[in-house]
Amino acid sequence: MTDPKIPVTEDELHAYVDNELPAERRGDVEAWLAARPEDAARVQSWRAMAEMLHARYDSVLDEPVPKRLELEQLSRPPRRWIYGAVAAALVAFVAGGGAGWIAHGAAATPSVFQSFTVEALDAHRLYVVEVRHPVEVPGAERAHLQQWLTRRCGWTVYAPELDSAGLKLVGGRLLPGPAGPASFLMYEGPSGERFTVYSAKVTVETTQMRYAAQGRDSAMFWAEKGVGFVVSGSGDRDRLTQIAKLVYDLSEKLGG
Amino acid sequence: MSPFRQSVEAMIPALRRYARALARDSDIADDLVQDTLVRALRSEKLFLGGDVRSWLYTILTNLNKNRRRSLARRPQFMPLLDNNPDASGTEAEGRDIARALATLVEEQRAVLLLVMLEGLSYREVADIQGVPIGTVMSRLARARAHVKAVLEGERTALRRVK
Repeated sequence: MTDPKIPVTEDELHAYVDNELPAERRGDVEAWLAARPEDAARVQSWRAMAEMLHARYDSVLDEPVPKRLELEQLSRPPRRWIYGAVAAALVAFVAGGGAGWIAHGAAATPSVFQSFTVEALDAHRLYVVEVRHPVEVPGAERAHLQQWLTRRCGWTVYAPELDSAGLKLVGGRLLPGPAGPASFLMYEGPSGERFTVYSAKVTVETTQMRYAAQGRDSAMFWAEKGVGFVVSGSGDRDRLTQIAKLVYDLSEKLGG
Repeated sequence: MSPFRQSVEAMIPALRRYARALARDSDIADDLVQDTLVRALRSEKLFLGGDVRSWLYTILTNLNKNRRRSLARRPQFMPLLDNNPDASGTEAEGRDIARALATLVEEQRAVLLLVMLEGLSYREVADIQGVPIGTVMSRLARARAHVKAVLEGERTALRRVK
């Protein structure tokens, strides 16, 4: 068996297996493989790999299509975790670039504030996508929710009425915070937009309200009397500012 | 039903297969397909002809990339007792290949599956990933070498245990 005039490249071996090789070159590759058992074995292993993939996954083609994937069923809005990537970018911003400007704050300790905000955004990202189990205690049990979170968290937790901003309380849950328990409240607007209010103990006393955003996701965060708050949501800055201010004012009034 | 909807509907089984291999978990996979379909239907008016199939694979591939990016900061857990040395035949091979896929980086896994499982051309995959064909080919070569090494490594390890 003689070698083809032009040596066969690695790319051509792949193209041969994937039927991407120009027809006139196939003969050359076959001659090449006949003369080189090692290359031939590699090509064979790729074919075996394709067979394994089909053996493992082709059965999916025969499964009945679930009802939720029927086109008629799909007129509702998409699940929110599509925007998770945006939240991740925001976290990177807060953890990285954000350090600089948080350090501008007179009393704020950057590391504490950062990890705190990262925790809050993680929780936001994790739970706003939940359709069936977004919270542990539903908003209909507001009094019980407040008592329970207050007892577990160690400061007075309020779930403010945000009806004036068009939001109703979905409910809340208890989460592990950076230094002890954290309270997590979720609100929902008429079009399904969700905002969360995360609060946990922080070592700084009081800071100004601060804002971070990238793309669709944004967060406002501040500390008041040793408790840090992060209001997170997707939407524009004005909307988030409006809600954060409302949370701030109501917590102030109720807690003051 | 419009011709557009018909071609979308005809793609659902293949999209489910691709998503299953891409995401491993069948619920997550169907979530991906669902979001892909929702987006496709919403953009029906924006779709001015062209290849519906490639377009759907593009949406799904991008959605999965976003999903993985958002998961990247969470801790990864490996199943404790996934390895059953008594298993044999295609079932064990199926698990091997699934596990080998899971060790690939995202772009390589997508290339490997689009070419080897879904039968797309290099050109189509290049368009889906928005990269030159040469990049697709080098990703494919690296993915194949990696999966081969993982599969062979597991077999050797298995033989050693026995």
